[in-house]
Amino acid sequence: MASPKQEAHWQATKRLMIITLMIWFFFSTVVFMFAADLNNASFLGYKLGYYMTAQGSMLAFIILIFWSNNRQEKLDREFGFSDEDREED
Amino acid sequence: MAKTSKQFIASLPKIYGIYTGGFLAFIVLMAFLEKAGISGRNIGLMFVGFTILIYALIGWLSRTTEVDEYYLAGKKVPTVFNGMATAADWMSGASFVAMAGGIYFGGYTYMAFLIGWTGGYVLVSTLLAPYLRKFGCYTVPDFIGARYGGNFARFCAVLILLVASFTYVTAQITATGSIAQKALSTPEFPVSFAFGCYTGLITILICSMLGGMRSVTWSQVAQYIVLIIAYLIPLFWISWKYNFGIFPHVMLGDEVQRLAALEQQFGLVRHTKEVLTEAKIPNDALGNATSLKYIVGGHSAVPAGHEVAWRYISLAICMMVGTASLPHILMRYFTTPTVTAARRSVGWSLFFIGLLYLSAPMLATVSKISLMDPNLPTAIIGKKISDVMQIQWVQNWIAVKQVVIVDFNKDGILQLSEWFMNEDVVVLATPEIAGLPYVISGLVAAGGLAAAMSTADGLILAMANAISHDVYYKMIDPKASVQKRLVVARVLLVVLGFLAAWITTKGLTGILGAVAWAFDFAMSGLFFPLVLGVWWKRATRSGAIAGMLCGLIAGTAYLVWVGVPNKDITFFMGATPWKDIHWIFVDNLRFGIPGALVSLIAMVSVSLVTKPESKAVMDMVDEVRIASGKTVIRNA
Repeated sequence: MASPKQEAHWQATKRLMIITLMIWFFFSTVVFMFAADLNNASFLGYKLGYYMTAQGSMLAFIILIFWSNNRQEKLDREFGFSDEDREED
Repeated sequence: MAKTSKQFIASLPKIYGIYTGGFLAFIVLMAFLEKAGISGRNIGLMFVGFTILIYALIGWLSRTTEVDEYYLAGKKVPTVFNGMATAADWMSGASFVAMAGGIYFGGYTYMAFLIGWTGGYVLVSTLLAPYLRKFGCYTVPDFIGARYGGNFARFCAVLILLVASFTYVTAQITATGSIAQKALSTPEFPVSFAFGCYTGLITILICSMLGGMRSVTWSQVAQYIVLIIAYLIPLFWISWKYNFGIFPHVMLGDEVQRLAALEQQFGLVRHTKEVLTEAKIPNDALGNATSLKYIVGGHSAVPAGHEVAWRYISLAICMMVGTASLPHILMRYFTTPTVTAARRSVGWSLFFIGLLYLSAPMLATVSKISLMDPNLPTAIIGKKISDVMQIQWVQNWIAVKQVVIVDFNKDGILQLSEWFMNEDVVVLATPEIAGLPYVISGLVAAGGLAAAMSTADGLILAMANAISHDVYYKMIDPKASVQKRLVVARVLLVVLGFLAAWITTKGLTGILGAVAWAFDFAMSGLFFPLVLGVWWKRATRSGAIAGMLCGLIAGTAYLVWVGVPNKDITFFMGATPWKDIHWIFVDNLRFGIPGALVSLIAMVSVSLVTKPESKAVMDMVDEVRIASGKTVIRNA
């Protein structure tokens, strides 16, 4: 069975997963429910709705993955489950 | 051995640095040769020949006789390089050649593919990649087989893998074949499309046969470097040449606005089915132009309304969830040294993919404005048709029927809606349109070939590995020697490759449909069994089998029911009444939605009525959820 430490680590991992997927859902779906309205605003000289689909959401995904990975690595270290110093399997 | 491989890893940046420098020097050399009067055709031939030779050389140098090397590249591919290899694996001939063209004609609605083909990596990174790496599996069905137990579950996973990958691979061989055909043909010796396909296939096999995953990994990195250089140079060059801005991605705002104004000025017209048919422009049951397109929608305008939003979002969701279920992508993350490295490498993959995908809308913008803005010397819209017909590149593409001009209103002036062009031509012809030297066109051909080959490599390897490891070794002959297993793996690679090429050259690809189908098949059958295998302990073997089979069957049944409007295939029941029967705008590109829903419901309900898995399985799942420690299954 999972030790209490493993259990706590998994709870924290799950929480991070839910936060990450909520941000992902926002940039992949919610934004495009309102793209027609967003197009009235502008960003860098582009219409905002067009910008989000051409660049904005993709940049958000890249940043989101790196951010979420850093958080997860911090969690792993905190609970002593990190494998960063591992050499071989 | 361990020492030399460590030295090899440490010297990778140097090796690929020299390679990149060498490739750039080769481009400069070709530019000089062009100045010296070598013909464009020979330059194209040299580009394609030289790069293919390099990939084959890498494949040969990476040959191996070890199972761990063959299936997992020895589990020592560094994070950043695995990111590049995944990016090449991911970006197919379609991404390279057709995406900017799709955006050029489709505008906002087409860009759902951009979101769909990038957002999925968030799912890969958070839900799957690190856990599958911890498992230590050789293939994706290997995970299903070990987590749920039993040969039948493993077999179902192999089945879905084959359906999804095969749908995908023929499109790649088609792209490889048509580029190879263009590069190898001369007026004296025209070569056939089939010859192009088989030439491409043989190079693909040389890249993968001798060293399996190891060869594929290192040649994919090389292919990524070629394809990204080939994509970015024309974009930056044109942007500088016409003073659109030094850095196009942040500086094309004015041009996008200008396009909206020009669209107003020229007027966006939508032809009826009758008009298109009379002008002999191929079109589907709904009156959409199919192979040759014209601009119907605005470049940056977002059509209002719930239907447009839903169509956009539903397509993006299918592509995203499909991304997270495609075996040839997931298996790339089995090759990293650690679990943390697998996770980080997903981030790098998306970064390298983003370099191209962020550029595609910009390339579409510069290409469109080159044709439309009357202030630019390259403009053709609004000019006299007789003058336009004199332009060299227009003549070239008209000769191969990729461009058609129809003077609907008989005024002798080329209107926006009178210019028909194949989507693929946008990327291939943009350097010529903007008047760049031919050396850039040769470079673009080499890039397109690299993109198609790298994806085909990954797909054929994924299929051959699944059959050789999961079916042959795990089910048929578990006592097979290492040597025998590797022979079987290689024979399968060749057989599958030739089967795919044969189907491609026989023109049977019509029945395999769109690239998007591969994503829908994968998400229908594999997404929930994979994700719940890690995230839900209560998931049982019977549940997973029900999820895979019901998902695949429901998705396929929906596809047959809804039909394909632009393909004349009689066994699709919905081919004619398509408009009336599809369910909330879920058409043939989106059949993964009903498929995955059925899969989820079947998997959860069957899992709940069957007995929970044993304590050993629970412990295994606990072990998978932490990064530290040894891999869960020990293949050798």
